[in-house]
Amino acid sequence: MSTWHDYLKEQGHAPDWPYPVRFDREQEIDTDVLVIGGGISGCWAAISAARQGLNVALVEKGDTIRSGAGGPGCDHWCDAPANPLSNVDPDEWAEHMADRPYCNGIGIQIQCREDWDTLQEMEQMGGKIRDTDDEYVGAQGRDDKTKLMISPRYTKIHSYNPPAQKSIIFKSNPDKKLNNVVIRVWGTTFKPALKKECKRLGVKIFDRVMMTSLLTEKGIKGARVVGATGFNNRTGDFMIFKSKATVLATAGAGSIWVISTELGGYCNMTSRTITGDGTAMAWKAGATLTTMENNGILSIASGLKHKWYSGSGDASYENVPIVDANGKRVPMGIQGWEDAGAMSSFPEVEDKIREGILKGKYALPFYGDFPAMKKVERNATWKLMLGEESTVKIITDTFNKAGYDPSRDLLQSYKFIEGGSLPQWREAGYGFGGGVLVDWDLKSTLDGLYAAGMQMFAPEDHSYAAATGRYAGRKAATYARQAGESKISREQVDREKARVYAPVKRSSGIEWKELHAGIARVMQYYVSEFKTESLLNIGLEALRKIEEESVPLLFALDPHKLMRSLEDTSLLTYAQIITQASLARKASSVPLNFRRIDYPTLDPPEWNKFITIKLENGKVKTGKLPLTFWGNMKKQYEAYNKDYTGVYKRK
Amino acid sequence: MNNKAYMVPNPMTPGQVVSIDPELCTGCNTCVEVCRVDVMVPNPEKGKPPIAIYPDECWFCGCCASDCPTKALKIEYPLNQRVGWKRKDTGEYFRIGMKNPPPPNTRPPV
Repeated sequence: MSTWHDYLKEQGHAPDWPYPVRFDREQEIDTDVLVIGGGISGCWAAISAARQGLNVALVEKGDTIRSGAGGPGCDHWCDAPANPLSNVDPDEWAEHMADRPYCNGIGIQIQCREDWDTLQEMEQMGGKIRDTDDEYVGAQGRDDKTKLMISPRYTKIHSYNPPAQKSIIFKSNPDKKLNNVVIRVWGTTFKPALKKECKRLGVKIFDRVMMTSLLTEKGIKGARVVGATGFNNRTGDFMIFKSKATVLATAGAGSIWVISTELGGYCNMTSRTITGDGTAMAWKAGATLTTMENNGILSIASGLKHKWYSGSGDASYENVPIVDANGKRVPMGIQGWEDAGAMSSFPEVEDKIREGILKGKYALPFYGDFPAMKKVERNATWKLMLGEESTVKIITDTFNKAGYDPSRDLLQSYKFIEGGSLPQWREAGYGFGGGVLVDWDLKSTLDGLYAAGMQMFAPEDHSYAAATGRYAGRKAATYARQAGESKISREQVDREKARVYAPVKRSSGIEWKELHAGIARVMQYYVSEFKTESLLNIGLEALRKIEEESVPLLFALDPHKLMRSLEDTSLLTYAQIITQASLARKASSVPLNFRRIDYPTLDPPEWNKFITIKLENGKVKTGKLPLTFWGNMKKQYEAYNKDYTGVYKRK
Repeated sequence: MNNKAYMVPNPMTPGQVVSIDPELCTGCNTCVEVCRVDVMVPNPEKGKPPIAIYPDECWFCGCCASDCPTKALKIEYPLNQRVGWKRKDTGEYFRIGMKNPPPPNTRPPV
């Protein structure tokens, strides 16, 4: 018996709510540093702030043990050019990584400088980063002395996007040795180790608490952030946090254009819980955001769900050759040593394969030819790269249990047969999208408010979240140490409390799923592939109607549904910001996936700028920032981090 | 056949994202705790397997299955997700969740 229906049949009544319900009951917590979001960046922020001896509270909507995009695991520790096997200078690599428009040069520089330190600390906490069991002796990239495993990714070039797929000779690597900047890791061990370290350091962890608002000094928007409010999504308790510094370590929004709960498999890199709560609360507090107009078409995955593979051929992970139904090799990228870990094929190659399919040259479906691989490479890919990566572990476990044997069996690929997603199914989550504008302290435009990981504009991967979280925690602690006492506004708290509990005071109206679907449809119609001033304005008006007419009808029967309802309101705010930012950019842009029919010129020089956006006195205010507003990355980093002493040694 | 029926709304899709072996489950609720979306709640009866009340919110991250101390819990992929593979030598085609599946691959990798 594990379903609700089973229980009903056996017991004859629905199960009672399993937790005590205490709507309205207040808990007040006073802390030096408050970290909102207990994923990778949040845990790292909490740990680094706590190391400085400050009181730290870490708040997480799920449970810190496995939450966040990196909770289940991680296979690549990307961009660690300071590692001992690297052949390229960290600053030069950072410059290369940041050599693309609308990236975050600040975060990239931090990642490149501190990522290896961060990984070593991960190991001290109990994370596995070396082949200490000698499972992969003889695998290419394995260093027998350190037992570190270098990944083929980025060994020649950074290859996320075709313009970057050009041969570069680095000054620090004139002989064109492999760059060796990405390390294969056993990431399923990371998250539990991070939670354990948080506890060891005395971080107060508040699991199952959804945060909904930031508190500002005297309740004035745009003033110093002095705390935040939330509620427990099992019990309904109202939580008031008072803090000297706050780190926002929540993520972007993963389901603005499509609600996927009824479509198992049409999933994305992030779960339903990633609903832009942090961005919405920063916006309402008056913080400046940027790149909010950037979004792209959602990659669907008809394999055992993990969209990474649908993007680049689901069975084609590191080094797996792709063959057609008759066993003929298909010239698809294999993310391996032969193509320097290129994550996707050149568009011309892709077109050629498509043509070959239509002319009968390649028979569908394609397969990942694991049996053709050298034994040790096959094991490294199947057990380490797939077995340790985020939500893929359960996929390989399921295959193993079902009798799949990589030494004998071809794994089916869904490339081409699954098609693409609708252009109206978009996402502003991982790999796309905006977030909080930060400076070299990873401070937002509001005093007392810092951001890390996916919460920043133009976020990157797991190790980026770790390194920037660790950095933001350090900087927030420094601020908290010298910051004066803060005063929260009771009026601000009461206003938020009334908003939060409104859905549980109703027992009929609209439930969260319908509201979510309503928001998604507006975005599909009016803020999608075809953008014009008038369509965007219709969208804005439709969202306003939802806010004014439908949100007041939201009802929630228990604390869990209350969480989902309030997540909808975050999504709605996020959708409104995207629409406003889209109106503000009066030009089209390739790197931003942004096409305005009424302004068709692609990337005109006067628009090669970040659009910033914030709420001021209830009005939307936009501005522009140069593409490299952060200045010289190396010089700026060094100026801001004179006191940085590198790797932490456990006491 | 049992003629007792209740008035129950339509099931969610996917309807059963986890299955728990009641013989192996100790009711420790580790799966409830590691789930980010709270798909499951503890069984009101102590020691009994948890109940999946929000299967439609599952992200299929698999942490509940991976972290289950007695390996009592199994992820059940929805029908539209049960994908396949082909034996290279024989051309036989297999599928996740098939009837009479090949034995689990428990031998060390070769």
